[in-house]
Amino acid sequence: MHPCPGTPTPAHSTVTETHVITTSGLTKVYRSRGREVTALDGVDLHVREGEVYGVIGQSGAGKSSLIRCINLLERPTSGTVTVAGQDLTALAGRGPRAGRELRQARSRIGMVFQHFNLLSSRTVRDNVELPLEILGKSGKERSRRALELLDLVGLADKAGAYPAQLSGGQKQRVGIARALAGDPKVLLSDEATSALDPETTRSILQLLRDLNRQLGLTVLLITHEMDVVKSICDSAALMEQGRVVESGTVSELLATPGSQLAAALFPVDGAASGEDRTVVDVTFHGEAATQPVISQLARTYNIDISILGAAIDTVGGLQVGRMRIELPGRYEDNVVPIGFLREQGLQIDVVDHTAPETLLVKEGAQ
Amino acid sequence: MTWSEMQPLLSQACWDTLYMVGWSTLIAVVGGLPLGVLLVLTDRGGLLQNVVANKVLGQVVNIARSMPFIILMVALMSFTRWVTGTTIGREAAIVPLAVGAIPFFARLVETAVREVDGGLVEAVQAMGGNTWTVVRKVLVPESLPSLISSTTTTVVALIGYSAMAGTVGAGGLGDIAIRYGYQRFETQLMWITVAILAVVISLIQFAGDLAARSLHRRGGRSGPAPRLRLLKSKEPAAAEVGKVA
Ligand SMILES: Nc1ncnc2c1ncn2[C@@H]1O[C@H](COP(=O)(O)OP(=O)(O)O)[C@@H](O)[C@H]1O
Ligand SMILES: [Mg+2]
Repeated sequence: MHPCPGTPTPAHSTVTETHVITTSGLTKVYRSRGREVTALDGVDLHVREGEVYGVIGQSGAGKSSLIRCINLLERPTSGTVTVAGQDLTALAGRGPRAGRELRQARSRIGMVFQHFNLLSSRTVRDNVELPLEILGKSGKERSRRALELLDLVGLADKAGAYPAQLSGGQKQRVGIARALAGDPKVLLSDEATSALDPETTRSILQLLRDLNRQLGLTVLLITHEMDVVKSICDSAALMEQGRVVESGTVSELLATPGSQLAAALFPVDGAASGEDRTVVDVTFHGEAATQPVISQLARTYNIDISILGAAIDTVGGLQVGRMRIELPGRYEDNVVPIGFLREQGLQIDVVDHTAPETLLVKEGAQ
Repeated sequence: MTWSEMQPLLSQACWDTLYMVGWSTLIAVVGGLPLGVLLVLTDRGGLLQNVVANKVLGQVVNIARSMPFIILMVALMSFTRWVTGTTIGREAAIVPLAVGAIPFFARLVETAVREVDGGLVEAVQAMGGNTWTVVRKVLVPESLPSLISSTTTTVVALIGYSAMAGTVGAGGLGDIAIRYGYQRFETQLMWITVAILAVVISLIQFAGDLAARSLHRRGGRSGPAPRLRLLKSKEPAAAEVGKVA
């Protein structure tokens, strides 16, 4: 890690500018018994090589449909999906039956599931060997690779156990080892931690992060929990009713005034103390210090500033601080001081309390 | 009748029953397993979805299953002659027994295979597996404990049917009970036959349960089955509640 205060650099070194997953105009309409449900409505997604990309949204937003369209488990109604330079939507295969080329492409995309989906009739090691059997690897190579992968996820001692004998976290580690068996460039994760307790969730996320760094693995993960995005994602997209309504790197999002994702990733609160007050959120990155700026502001314009709330946190590997301050007078009276703050290179969001605050993504979704 | 008179009769009958039931079970499994799997695959939403084929297969199975065995045996006379060259004796009895047991076993297979978690199928598809891989690596091995129970049920049913095979001179335990017990009032022989049948059936059931259970205990389930999952999420104590929503 090389901290570069103030500049929006990638959070770590594996991210490149190449797009490894691209969807354009992706649409999915489910038709069942005459009823139509538009699960995806023109989704354009660009996932860069080597990053952890989080897609967040409420239940029913279309997240699972999106991830299932990316490896064509679900055939998109329209639009294209490109993974590692290959246009998957162009490959033959209709409905649930996939052609040979598509199956080969899938074997190079790893996938982990919310409910692990391990075969109960096989040992841990045989579960990890399954994708290698499908790839037609020899028995010797399979067992070598399976043990290597189990070692990587910290489960070498459980090779002979059956899934029923493992805890949820261990099962997901097996799921991850299995997903890595075909040496994928890309890992898709559909709510991989949603069935786990908070502590296990952290350890699984840490594992994904480590794999992302060690192997340069691109991870596209889907979640309804803001904490997941906050702890490991380099980039994020917010989905609502089949559309991506916000997307970008975490630092870009935090620098976007009025971003719902930024507000949910990093909430500060505190209400205005009365009428005729202007409430302003000041966001600063890295080591930029606000304290001198605030006192300078108070001195220069001779105004009383009250601090309603403040927090410093690490989001996507970046240190970010946010402070909510209150200036006397209405917005029109404070144009000059606010301009001064902007000149200091700080991100300023004027909080409009007349509009109801819409926090569509609630933390933890408990 | 003395024991020395009964003993050869009984041992021949045991052997005849085992012979008929053994072969017809084998044929029922070989024929019913693919049929049952096809019934699942061709169904709506299945990997080989084909509504017409599914309806046709389903109807054929239903008709064959609803036919009383004795009628099936008569109806199949010419087919039996074509296959075995005769319409009487043990070999001739195997044909209607097997034909009757195939759809019976196929329905049991269908039920067992439907219980397999769809997520596993999806996982194998995501790895690049084709339909055949799904059948071989997921559907059959994951439903194996149920398939063994289904086989046990089929064997027991076949032992019952094989009693009627006596009407085509195939012999067997059921035949002894009818011919000697019912027609010649050899009550003692009849009760011995009934006892032997009861012991044989209990042994088969016991062995089948043991095999199914040992597989189950070894593997257990990788996650609760969908229905169990629903029940579970109603418990307020379950950690997943709310998070999954
Ligand atoms: N196989 C399907 N058939 C019909 N409707 C579906 C199917 N899968 C998903 N949907 C619908 O599509 C919408 C998006 O679902 P999904 O992608 O699962 O959302 P999420 O994963 O964000 O909860 C929902 O309204 C859901 O009911
Ligand atoms: Mg989902």
